[in-house]
Parts: sequence; structure tokens; C-alpha cells
Amino acid sequence: MGKFSIGAGAVLLAGLAFTGAFDNEFYFFAGYVILQGVVMATAWNILGGFTGYVNFGSAGFFAVGAYTSVALNQAFDLPLPLLILAGGLVCGLIGLGAGFLTLRLKGIYFAIATLAMSIVLETAVTNWEYVGGAAGAYILTPENSLFFASYVELLFMVMLIITVAAVAFAFYLSTSRIGQGLTAIRDDELAAECMGVPTLRLKLISATAMGLFMGMAGAPYPFFVTFVDPISAFSLFIAINAIAMPLIGGTKVWYGPVIGALILGLTQEITTVTISSELNLLIVGLVLIGFITLAPNGIVGLVQGFSRRKRTDGRTSA
Amino acid sequence: MDAPLLDVRGIVKSFGGFIALNGVSIHLDPGERLGLIGPNGSGKTTMINCISGALFNDDGKIIFEGNDITALPAHRRARLGIARSFQIPKPFRSMTVIENLFVPLEYAARTRIDHGRVEEEALAILERIGLVDLAHKNCGELTQINMRKLELARALAARPNLLISDEAMAGLSSEEVDEILEILFALNEGGVAVIMIEHIMRAVMRYSQRIVVLDAGRKIADGPPDEIVRNPDVERAYLGE
Repeated sequence: MGKFSIGAGAVLLAGLAFTGAFDNEFYFFAGYVILQGVVMATAWNILGGFTGYVNFGSAGFFAVGAYTSVALNQAFDLPLPLLILAGGLVCGLIGLGAGFLTLRLKGIYFAIATLAMSIVLETAVTNWEYVGGAAGAYILTPENSLFFASYVELLFMVMLIITVAAVAFAFYLSTSRIGQGLTAIRDDELAAECMGVPTLRLKLISATAMGLFMGMAGAPYPFFVTFVDPISAFSLFIAINAIAMPLIGGTKVWYGPVIGALILGLTQEITTVTISSELNLLIVGLVLIGFITLAPNGIVGLVQGFSRRKRTDGRTSA
Repeated sequence: MDAPLLDVRGIVKSFGGFIALNGVSIHLDPGERLGLIGPNGSGKTTMINCISGALFNDDGKIIFEGNDITALPAHRRARLGIARSFQIPKPFRSMTVIENLFVPLEYAARTRIDHGRVEEEALAILERIGLVDLAHKNCGELTQINMRKLELARALAARPNLLISDEAMAGLSSEEVDEILEILFALNEGGVAVIMIEHIMRAVMRYSQRIVVLDAGRKIADGPPDEIVRNPDVERAYLGE
């Protein structure tokens, strides 16, 4: 048992204690949204941060996860864990397919292709009457919330488990041989290929994992909001957040997006309550501009730069 | 006579209407030192891009150690033992010097080294190249010569039978050129065949056992250095009529 798995276990237990200690549902609503941000940011970072391929279509994956739930719930009335697995699977496959089609594109072209893919998916869902089409669909929250006080507490716990799974995956990936290959691709793809790294295969693994976790983040969403329509599920806000959070936290390490998502998510929740929900987007925009111009490597980069400077100062004065 | 290590047969490569290589054949024996020279735009870099798999040739065949590798992607060729350095150094910038070597050791050379000895192997190579003191430096902080050495060290970490060195000495001082030459000589003594692309004539003439001259996508000469310098076609290619 490594330090990481002990930490992950502690987080899950703390979450469980949290559901036992508080009754105010708002905490769990806010907590769910923040955790969803952590999953989305971590998933985005697997392809965007580790591998260097910027994806603007996160909302597409998220929404397909959500609509997979809507469709399967309507058709078979499946339990939530199965819906989450299904959402993850469908989006993982879309990630793989999109990877095949688009991962040969570099830089800005890849980013545009992912944005276009999201728009195509949105159009498809908008015209799919079975899941409500443009009008949207209502979802009945199940009565049974196990031993939790309310269904939102259960959803909070579910999202916490997905979060731990996603972060654990990112952690093990970044410390593995595959993670090393992904870093090499990000730094210089041609050099990586010539050093024996099977670049296409690794990029496909990366894109599939990204899709998988975004789909899992989206799958419980219909039960959380009880009403989904294409406009809210494919919201640009989701896509922007998924990019902004890793950039603010730091894209090169697994904990960067976690830090970014916690900070940005918390700020957004606080402003929603104290000022207005409209201000959210403005805040994301301003913070993002600030970080891109002043600290392109995010908070993690700032801290590392600071400690490195301190170390070299110590060396020169010695 | 030994079977050739590398046998390039009639390679054709064009970019749109421009024919960069027009039916060039080159062969290389195991452990041989081959110089590849020619004026700018003669197709040298395209040639080694085709050999290393960075580009696919339109026509012709590439045989390495008896296997047809014409259709293999670059990473598979690297695993078979073809390594290259780049004209403009392409280090993995977010990594330290030693981490740069871990990539080829973990991928290209994976089946040919003891697993779990990656760090030892990397240190041994850095020792040989003279970068061991900088092992944990970020590679962005390296000087030009050390960047070149890192290119060679990383190529070596792939455990090649064939090393392609693409202008490893461009822009270096005379002493630095000698330093890189020493490294390449030592490598070759260890049994690695080398194809050297170089504009510095002093270096390539001293190093190569045989020289191939390309001009406008065709091979115009192939022979020992002293023969090449007296070849009228080569003189014409470099100096004009």
C-alpha cells in the first residue's frame, strides 16, 4: 500500500463522515459540482497536460455521458453504477474514435477538430427525440438513497468515488512507463517516435482515458439536476472550466488539475451564493487571463519556481 | 563478405512536385563508418528521415539486418536498432538530462537491456559522453555543445546497431568538433555502425571509411575519402562548372 492509496482511502472516509455530520443539502450540491470539476479537469489533463493535445470538446464528452444515462435509464431503468460504467464506456469509445480521426492533427487544428466534434454531437442529441430532443428530459430521482439522508448525499459520495478513481488513474499513469512516453510526446513527438515510443498508440490510450472519465463525470448529472437539455449539458462553461482548472493548477503533474479545480470550483460556488451566478464566467475568464500571462505553469509551477530560486540562492551564498 | 547491415535500394521521395530523392541506393556493412555529404538541398536529411522512419519513401526498399523495414513506423525501427540524432537538437525539454535517456532505454532498448538497470545504464552512457555531472540538470540549461552531446547520449541509450548522426557538429568550435569526433570514434569501436552527415569537411574526411555524395537527389559518388576529394563530379557539385 503506497502513500497514495492511503490518502485516497482517507479522502473517501472523510467524505463519508461529511455526509454523516451535515444535513444542509447545499453543502452536498456545492461539493458535487466542485468534485465534478475535479474529475473533468483531471480527465482533460491526461490528454491536454500529460500529452500536450488541447481538447476544446470536453462538454461533448460530458454531455454524451449524461445522455447515455438518460437513454439507458429510460430504456432499461438500470441502476446508477451501471449507468456510470456505460457512460464511461461510450465516451471512452468516442475518445478512441475521435483520436483515430484527429490525433494526427497538431496544435490548433486538433483543438478546432474537438470543438467541431462537440458541436456535431450536440446537433445529434438535439434531434434525438427519444431523449427529449431540444426540449430536454426530466429524470425522476430514485426514492431509495441507501443509508444516506438524501439522494444528493448519495450522489455526492458517488462523485467522490469517481473523483478518487480518476485522480488515482492520473497518478499511476503519470508515474508509469506510459506516462513517461506521454511526456516525451508532449515535449517532442518526432523525437519520441524515433526513441521507440509508439506515439499513436499512447495518444489513443490517452484520448480513451480522457473520454472515459469525462463520460463518468457526466453520467450521474441527469440525476443531480433532474432536468437535462442539450444547451445545459453541452454548455461552453463546462468545456472552459475543464481547460481553465488544469491551467490554473498546473498541467504537468497529476495534482495540478486537482488544485486548480478545488480553487476555481470553490471560488465559483462562493460567488454564486454571495454575488451572482452570472459573475462566474467573468471570474473564470479573468483568472485564466491572469494565469496565462503571469504564471503559464499554474500554481504548481509558481511554487516550484519559488522553491528552486530559494535553493539556488542558498547555493550561491554558501 | 558479411551481409550488409543496411541496404537501401532505389529510394524515391518527393514532396509535391519536388523530387528530393530520385532512386538512391546505399549499403552499409556492420560496424562501418559512412559519411554522407552533399550541397544544401541535395537530399541528405530526407535520406536519413527515410531510413529512420520519420518519413516514408514513395518507392524503393530499405532492408536492415536482412529484414524489410520499408513499411515499419519509426518506433519499430528504433527497437530494431536504428537510432538518430537531430540536426537541431530535440531534447525532451521538461525532463532532466538523465530522464531524457530513460525514454529510449524504456522504449527502444526495452527488450535488449536488463529491466531494473535503467538508471545504471543511463549513468554509464552519460559517463561515456561526459555529461554525468549534469545528469540532474534540466536540459533547458545546457550549453550548445552539451545539447549536442545529449542528442548523441540519447541516441546511444536506444542501444543502436546503426547510429545516424545528423550534423552533430554544426556551429561548434574546432576543439568541440574534436571532442564529438572522439565520442563517435569510441562508439564505433564498440561495434556501432555510423552514418555521419556533416558539412565540416575536416571532420567527415577524418571520420569516414567511405563517403557517399548526394547531389539534387541522386548519388554522384561512393568511395573512400581520398578518392572522393579527387572526383570531378563532386567538385562540380560543390563549386559549379
